[in-house]
Amino acid sequence: MTMTVIWTGMAVVAVVCGIGTGRGAEVSAAAVEGAAAAVELGLSMAGMLCLWSGVMEVMRQSGLAEKLSKLLGPVLRLLFPLERGDRAVMDSISANVSANLLGLGNAATPLGLEAARRMARKSPGIASDSLCMLVVCNTASLQLIPTTVAAVRAAAGCQTPFDILPAVWLASALSVGTGVVACKVLARLWRN
Amino acid sequence: MELFFTMLVPLILAGVALYAALRRVDVYSALCHGAGSGLETLVRVLPALVGLMTAVSMLRASGALELLSAALSPVLEAVGLPAELLPLMLVRPVSGSAALGVGSELIQTYGPNSDLGRTAAVMLGSTETTFYTIAVYFGAAGISRTRYAVPAALCADLVGFLAAAWAVRMLF
Repeated sequence: MTMTVIWTGMAVVAVVCGIGTGRGAEVSAAAVEGAAAAVELGLSMAGMLCLWSGVMEVMRQSGLAEKLSKLLGPVLRLLFPLERGDRAVMDSISANVSANLLGLGNAATPLGLEAARRMARKSPGIASDSLCMLVVCNTASLQLIPTTVAAVRAAAGCQTPFDILPAVWLASALSVGTGVVACKVLARLWRN
Repeated sequence: MELFFTMLVPLILAGVALYAALRRVDVYSALCHGAGSGLETLVRVLPALVGLMTAVSMLRASGALELLSAALSPVLEAVGLPAELLPLMLVRPVSGSAALGVGSELIQTYGPNSDLGRTAAVMLGSTETTFYTIAVYFGAAGISRTRYAVPAALCADLVGFLAAAWAVRMLF
């Protein structure tokens, strides 16, 4: 339902503002362009999705995924207490978190989606506490080295593009921490 | 170190393949089998992407974000965030490429070593494209009742933005 409210809200606001600011034609064009851009994005994602899903399968069959899970296990068991017994889900989450930490967003998404699909099998249609936690962890940035931003700063003539790292880590940690706490608190308070 | 980061993806691909092959895993058929499930994921994600990107695209074209910026800037000044950063904060959760565009412009205009330029960079580096992520994940998992995921994620974003401004002021 939340997404229904957000989507309808965005569409209505766009129409009202478009009329108000006299940009009706632009809004019309944007609707068509947006839909086309989504398919383009999907196609450009397709290669990465397939590649990293394949790599994940290799990691699983070789036992590498399990090793990664063991390494991250203590933290992940705290965040996902309900998935503790499900090895396949824990392996996917570990791979997702590792890819996020390394800044491989393109790899992290397919790995996280696999975990999400497995989690959803247990409660079809409704986001479980674990799934909410997974999504919130992925909407907050876990990236250790923000290479894209550093590239932008370097392009603007900055000699030390990575001097923002401590500030990025501090802000990321506070943001992720807030998301985790919000999930844990809301999991208890949320009715339905 | 720099070579390590530029070569990270090929290094992982080769490393995983080598490790698995030494353990007598049929690397190539495992890879192809897994890749097939990636395609399945794409089919589930695409409808959500079309919906979300159409709405975001209309919203940006309508000028609604500029109006919201103007309305919200007094609130921002009160908590110590420069109003110039507002468009970035509004765009960040809905569009990664637009946020990078807005952020790059701020960094270029105010200079990469100004407080404003630094804060913009830290904001970009410490947050994600929240709504895109939510749409993709819940789309792939076939979830219609998202419960508290959206409020919790937005909470984390808000704290991330405020923390970015505070961290820059504290550390520089």
